[in-house]
Amino acid sequence: MIWNSEAECMSAEDTRELQLKRLQEVVKRAYENVPYYQKRFSDVNVYPEDIETLDDIEKLPFTTKTDLRDAYPFGMFAVSQDEIVEVHTTSGTTGKPTVSGYTRKDLDIWGEVMARALTMTGVKKSDRVQNSYGYGLFTGGMGAHYGGQKIGATVIPISAGNTRRQLEIMQDFETTVLTCTPSYALYLAEVAENEGIDTEKLKLKAGCFGAEMWTEEMRKEIEKRLHIRAQNVYGLTEIMGPGVAMECEVQEGLHIFEDHFYPEVMDPDTLKPVPDGEKGELVLTTLTREGMPVIRFRTRDITALRRGKCACGRSQVKMDRITGRSDDMLKVRGVIVFPYQIEKALLKIDGLEPHYQIIVTRPEQLDELEVQVEASPALFSDEVKHIEEVKRNIENIVHSEIGLRVTVNLVEPRTLPRSEGKAVRVIDKRKF
Amino acid sequence: MKLKQISVFLENRKGRLQKALNIISNAKINIRALSIADTSEFGILRMIVPEPDKAQKILEENDFVVKVNDVIAVGVPDKPGGLDGILEVLNKADVNVEYLYAFVEKKCENAIVVIRTEDIDTGIKVLKDGGVAMLSPEEVYTL
Ligand SMILES: [Zn+2]
Repeated sequence: MIWNSEAECMSAEDTRELQLKRLQEVVKRAYENVPYYQKRFSDVNVYPEDIETLDDIEKLPFTTKTDLRDAYPFGMFAVSQDEIVEVHTTSGTTGKPTVSGYTRKDLDIWGEVMARALTMTGVKKSDRVQNSYGYGLFTGGMGAHYGGQKIGATVIPISAGNTRRQLEIMQDFETTVLTCTPSYALYLAEVAENEGIDTEKLKLKAGCFGAEMWTEEMRKEIEKRLHIRAQNVYGLTEIMGPGVAMECEVQEGLHIFEDHFYPEVMDPDTLKPVPDGEKGELVLTTLTREGMPVIRFRTRDITALRRGKCACGRSQVKMDRITGRSDDMLKVRGVIVFPYQIEKALLKIDGLEPHYQIIVTRPEQLDELEVQVEASPALFSDEVKHIEEVKRNIENIVHSEIGLRVTVNLVEPRTLPRSEGKAVRVIDKRKF
Repeated sequence: MKLKQISVFLENRKGRLQKALNIISNAKINIRALSIADTSEFGILRMIVPEPDKAQKILEENDFVVKVNDVIAVGVPDKPGGLDGILEVLNKADVNVEYLYAFVEKKCENAIVVIRTEDIDTGIKVLKDGGVAMLSPEEVYTL
């Protein structure tokens, strides 16, 4: 089933034509109505009339999370307050939240893209969608809600939490589709098993999961334990919320709804576009948003774009599952390294404390990677050669995981910095 | 004949050795013998103290990584060739010495050598058979 085959199966040529027209409109709208964009465009001497082809988008400056934060709360709005009918914010765990404002038309479009997404999951009018995304300022709840309603399915707006009640409703209402974060889906499965609920007897057939990074292994786990098909939805508050892209039943990448969101993938270091199929940072431009147009937003999410007709019948460009973030991505001697790869390697070693720090230096021409690991009684021996063996063992395990030689140094316990939120894992001392 | 030795992991960072020793001294623990093995990246502080368990506990409370091991203490005549004879006994019996360190005790005529062999029990047996006088923990602590 395809919700909007005209849009979702549009030819590449027609898509580009539509995108150019919409890009020109949105750039004009942003320039004329948002002082921030007027200044940024003027600073680089680019004006709406300079956008003559889609490639001209490269002339426009990027918008970062910091820019949106600096505009808190309503500095990015392109319409008067009267026309804004809803606002959402990011969680603000890493600083001030960013605000997203929607006009009525924006909400319609949000409902449209989420209807496409849920249709890919198999949702029809007759379905009962248990929406276990959090309702509130977080975009997940409302986004899935609007999509389900647009299709005409029965939406159960249960929000996140209260797991026993979730399971009770799921049984009593004969829920067919679940929408929530993948980790909550797994938790629901776990509690169901503990409560002696036979998940095979539930009417659930599919799930639309997102709002956090997850792996193929996690998908298989959810599918096995809940006896459903699990599909990946992608979105971000800054751009709209969930529904920027959605994985179809082929389960090989997510179709970006590119008639509304224009994707680019850039090398995060040079900020130059990379060819299709190559990994880089996803940059998104809203093509149709009224309330808050966002031009070339650096998502920091790492993915690759793949074009061509999909086995599902859709033609809209696909993006790979998000595999990392460019803000913690490292390029060492030309090799891309994510801290989580090093973490994965370290977790294979018994007795290792999960506290580590990665230090990148460039003493001469070559980058050096040092991994500091906190010593523990299990790793410590009173003999130098044993400690050196432990070090070499860790070095070899990290090497086989990332393909680069590293130097491992044991440090004393509790000497690496701790943080409440996201730990600082990487110290890059190189001068670029 | 086994003696407890405590070893402390030290990062090669200014003040760490002093910090460890300061903790021991504040706890009024008297260090009988001490040695430091160091590499460019880390060091191992080895100590013989009368109350190894207490020393371990307070060091761990201060976030040091500590290990307690068995070692052998031998009294060696304080004259040329004293240590050589002992090593020869171990060598002949094919017992590997991991490390050793020595200190001279003024009250007696002997130098005390702390030895860690790969296999402590075999080490003790070989030394005993070779007629080498080993010191009991009490003897070392009360020297
Ligand atoms: Zn597809």
